[in-house]
Amino acid sequence: MARLHVMERSHAQAVMDDLHDALGRRLAARSLAPCPVEFTAALVNLCATQSCGKCTPCRVGLRALSDLLEDVLENRATLETIDLIEKTANTIYLSSDCAIGYEAGSMALMAVRGFRDDFEHHVREHACGFAENERVPCVAGCPANVDIPGYISLVEAGRYTDAVRLIRKDNPLPIVCGRVCEHPCEMHCRRGIVDDPLNILALKRYATDHMEEDYRPWIAEKTGRRIAVIGGGPAGISCAYYLAIMGHDVTIFEQRKHLGGMLRYGIPSYRLPREDLDQEIQWILDCGIKVELEHAVDGAELERMRADFDAVYLAIGAHNDKKLGLPGEDAEGVVSAVQMLRAIGDGEMPDFSGERVVVIGGGNVAMDVARSSVRLGAEKVIIAYRRRICDMTAQDAEIAGAEAEGCQIMELNAPVRVETDEAGRVAGVVVQPQIIWAPGPSCRRRARAAHRVRPRDRGHRTGHRFRSVRGHGRAVQVGPRRDRFRRGRARIRGPVLGRRLPDRARDRHPRHQCRQGRCGEHRPIPRLRPSDPARGRAAARPVQGQAPVRPLRAQGARRRRAHR
Amino acid sequence: MVKLIIDDRVVEVPEHTTILDAAASVGIKIPTLCYLRDLNEVGACRVCVVEVEGIDQLVAACNNYVLDGMIVHTNSRKARIARKANVEFLLSQHDSECTSCARSGNCSLQSLANDLGITDLPYPKHLEGFRSDPAFPLIRNNDKCIKCLRCIQICEKVQATGVWDLTSRASHASVNVAGGKELSQTDCALCGQCITHCPTGALRARDDTERVFDALEDQEKICLVQIAPAVRTSWGESLGLTHEEATVERLASALRAMGFDYVFDTNFSADLTIMEEGSELLERIKKASEPGGEDIKFPMFTSCCPGWIRYVKSHYPELLDQVSTSKSPQQMFGAVAKTYYAHALGVDPSKIFSVSIMPCVAKKAEAALPTMVGETGDPDVDVVLTVREVDRMIRASHIDAGALPEQELDQPLGVGTGAAVIFGATGGVMDAALRSAYFLATGENPDPDAFSGVRGLDGWKEKTFDLAGTPLRVAVAHGLGNALKLIEALRAGEVSYDFVEIMACPGGCVGGGGQPIHDGCELAGERGDVLWGLDAQAPIRFSHENPSVKLVYDDFFGHPLSERAEELLHTDHTAWSMPK
Repeated sequence: MARLHVMERSHAQAVMDDLHDALGRRLAARSLAPCPVEFTAALVNLCATQSCGKCTPCRVGLRALSDLLEDVLENRATLETIDLIEKTANTIYLSSDCAIGYEAGSMALMAVRGFRDDFEHHVREHACGFAENERVPCVAGCPANVDIPGYISLVEAGRYTDAVRLIRKDNPLPIVCGRVCEHPCEMHCRRGIVDDPLNILALKRYATDHMEEDYRPWIAEKTGRRIAVIGGGPAGISCAYYLAIMGHDVTIFEQRKHLGGMLRYGIPSYRLPREDLDQEIQWILDCGIKVELEHAVDGAELERMRADFDAVYLAIGAHNDKKLGLPGEDAEGVVSAVQMLRAIGDGEMPDFSGERVVVIGGGNVAMDVARSSVRLGAEKVIIAYRRRICDMTAQDAEIAGAEAEGCQIMELNAPVRVETDEAGRVAGVVVQPQIIWAPGPSCRRRARAAHRVRPRDRGHRTGHRFRSVRGHGRAVQVGPRRDRFRRGRARIRGPVLGRRLPDRARDRHPRHQCRQGRCGEHRPIPRLRPSDPARGRAAARPVQGQAPVRPLRAQGARRRRAHR
Repeated sequence: MVKLIIDDRVVEVPEHTTILDAAASVGIKIPTLCYLRDLNEVGACRVCVVEVEGIDQLVAACNNYVLDGMIVHTNSRKARIARKANVEFLLSQHDSECTSCARSGNCSLQSLANDLGITDLPYPKHLEGFRSDPAFPLIRNNDKCIKCLRCIQICEKVQATGVWDLTSRASHASVNVAGGKELSQTDCALCGQCITHCPTGALRARDDTERVFDALEDQEKICLVQIAPAVRTSWGESLGLTHEEATVERLASALRAMGFDYVFDTNFSADLTIMEEGSELLERIKKASEPGGEDIKFPMFTSCCPGWIRYVKSHYPELLDQVSTSKSPQQMFGAVAKTYYAHALGVDPSKIFSVSIMPCVAKKAEAALPTMVGETGDPDVDVVLTVREVDRMIRASHIDAGALPEQELDQPLGVGTGAAVIFGATGGVMDAALRSAYFLATGENPDPDAFSGVRGLDGWKEKTFDLAGTPLRVAVAHGLGNALKLIEALRAGEVSYDFVEIMACPGGCVGGGGQPIHDGCELAGERGDVLWGLDAQAPIRFSHENPSVKLVYDDFFGHPLSERAEELLHTDHTAWSMPK
């Protein structure tokens, strides 16, 4: 037996690899709106190709399942067929010998249960009734359903003002979104099937930066209806805009000194310049919207408003911070990110000169806080994160920016407690080294404590069970939000405008996307959700006809796209 | 010991006991389909799945060990639904035309589906449509294959041949001839073990019963039938007869009722084989010690098993000149019937229709060999029936075999000795040959049980016996996997023998591929004991004392290895070839 051998890749293997890559790109740039039954059938067939052929449920069951799904698609099925599909998928899940079979069964089971209405629609109506039938992937991927191909064509034609008009049809914040949008559209960009997605974000910014002239929107005749919008963040502003151009009399009630919500109080100005934000807001307010700043609305006043106004829209956001539950987190010097960024938003700059700051967390907010701390004069900024850098939910550019500005990232270190000095002031954060573990329900790899440190490893690898991070100045905890599910992230490559290259291959690899199809449940609460303008716009619609006095919640009604 | 709860009953079993065995120890029978102990424990069918508390998914009982504190439910709703659905899956790829299936009434899939109450088939049918050459003695119908993989395992692990393999992939995975060859183009020994270990009717032997019925109807034909030794251990099994009832004499009665003119015994020609083969061995030993005998190689191998002949020809052709040239008892009988006996009856040999009842599939191929023909070119044995076929014929003739009286077999070819009847069990040929070789070498009969060291079910047995002052080193192997080990050891010089008996089937002919099928049971030991018992009770226990054998030598052959004996009772194994 040769000890050494050269591994050769056959032509067929190479072709197979290429096809796998192409399939990966296709799935990454997937449209979210295929027929659920057809998609399930394709999924089951694909899974069946991976069967080794040994055990019955995987070898035969998947094929039987495929037949039944085909029956549904070919209008041969009855409602009992759907029950049989469920039973079949369940048997495959329960009794297959390995993950090739039981995970396929599990997926099929999730599909038939999650898409039950669609299956029934096929059986009853002999047609697909899936509501998400947008055929343009990027538009389907944009929570505001902005006409992306439309404005890209207008940009290409050099009609930048028209491009902005087209964007504002669905999203009144093109300047803001051209800078800080999370651009989920790009994940669905069809160009990604070929190689990489277009840099849609930058194209939008280009349009707003190069408008030939400003314009004013057409405003409908006054309707005489009065509407209160509580909260002046992106949702409130958007709602107010669409209501205003419909001719309603809109008043925004804002608790803080300025409008903008998280755009102002969550995103640092180096990412979203204040003049751009102010310009965008002012353009909207010029549609005749009244504003009452520093006007907090309590329950009693809300009741009064419901009587006084024809409609009330609640767009109150998520500004409360959540504690991490660490011992010592109430010590002096420990501040929440919300607190810190809010003060900055109001122009009250804290002084971190000469201080050592520990930031806990790995999302965009953590990066904002870290980078802001550098700007506020901190001597050293450490970001402690329990997972790996590649697991961080922050955008790559933000992580790279933080590192470039001198922030030290300590990955795989989970905070355990905040240490204080005699005066009760924060003196450091004790962290526990972690090892990476199997993915959790959020589909991201979890970390767990690296407990099993063998004695001989002590002091040289992980050293101690706990490690202390001295931070004799401040500890900023970024606790209020759950880590966000990663969407496609990319950076601009070179001078080629309009093209994006992923800087971490895993971003677009289907394996790293939500395997459970639960991304809808794990949507973060970002400072600017691309869906906020959409929600504001949607909220404005029913007011047009009958002016319901039912308060609409912007934050609560989560759109569960994956599960419909 | 491990303590667990199965279906609310506390069970205590040793570590490394499967859930299946643990349940069986308290009388809970978990259904299985693909499972064969020690041979096929791959958990392919997923019929034996059970629910184990704390695990969401089901667990295969056949290949998972018990753990302390385990709580098992063998028939929970979850397990029942999945078990039934898995059988429904299998039925969606199974030709369920049970009425025209050779295994109807003896099919594990059929009983399982019945037991589980499957009355509707919910899934669309997908049949592969592959059927192998119906003229070949072994026939595969993939429309009935459930991919349990047993045939692959037995062929590879027990018979060291590897004819079968998984072909194609995934949902289209199929079991067929490895490498996509025609079955007749493989080195298949035709042992038929894949047939007797198939849970369904996917594998079967060619059915030749109609040819026999036609011959029985033909007034011109004189129909003779010979009954192989191992047949008397098993022919009554599928007819509901006990060993005591299913004697060879009662079978003779049934065959006569069916219309056979003469019922003879292969035991007769087994004794004849001993005379020829024993003499050949002594001749070899003698020649080897003479000048010029250096080229004579040892051991000499027996030649009565056609499966073994096919195996040695395709795997070790260089050993062929060490294989005895004696024909098998079946073919010796055929040759004697169409020469000596035709002459005795005063009829043309072409009038004789010679049938043999064998526990074997390879015998069908052996009878059809170009070398096994008489002067006119007609085969010495016209049709070979397996035990399963003869049972079908008895049923088709609506003969109540149990109600028939026992009848003696016909003379003179119906006479056999105790030494002949043991041909059907591993070690029997060796035992019988040694008894007569001892006599031929010393002129005295040994104790008939003097060579009992070669009996028993060990896969590879070896003994040295004293033969008139010369030590004779003998070995016995059964199952081609054991034959392979023995031959490899011989080639490696680790062992050396003078005489080796090899039987292709585990246990010898009693475990033959033409025997009745009892899924999951290995009956070779039990059937072999019947033969050893018949030998012990036999009035004559030495082949050379068989009066009919003496008669044919006196009247026809003269003496063993005579010119006529060489012509009719010996064969050239090189005159035909196995496919490459």
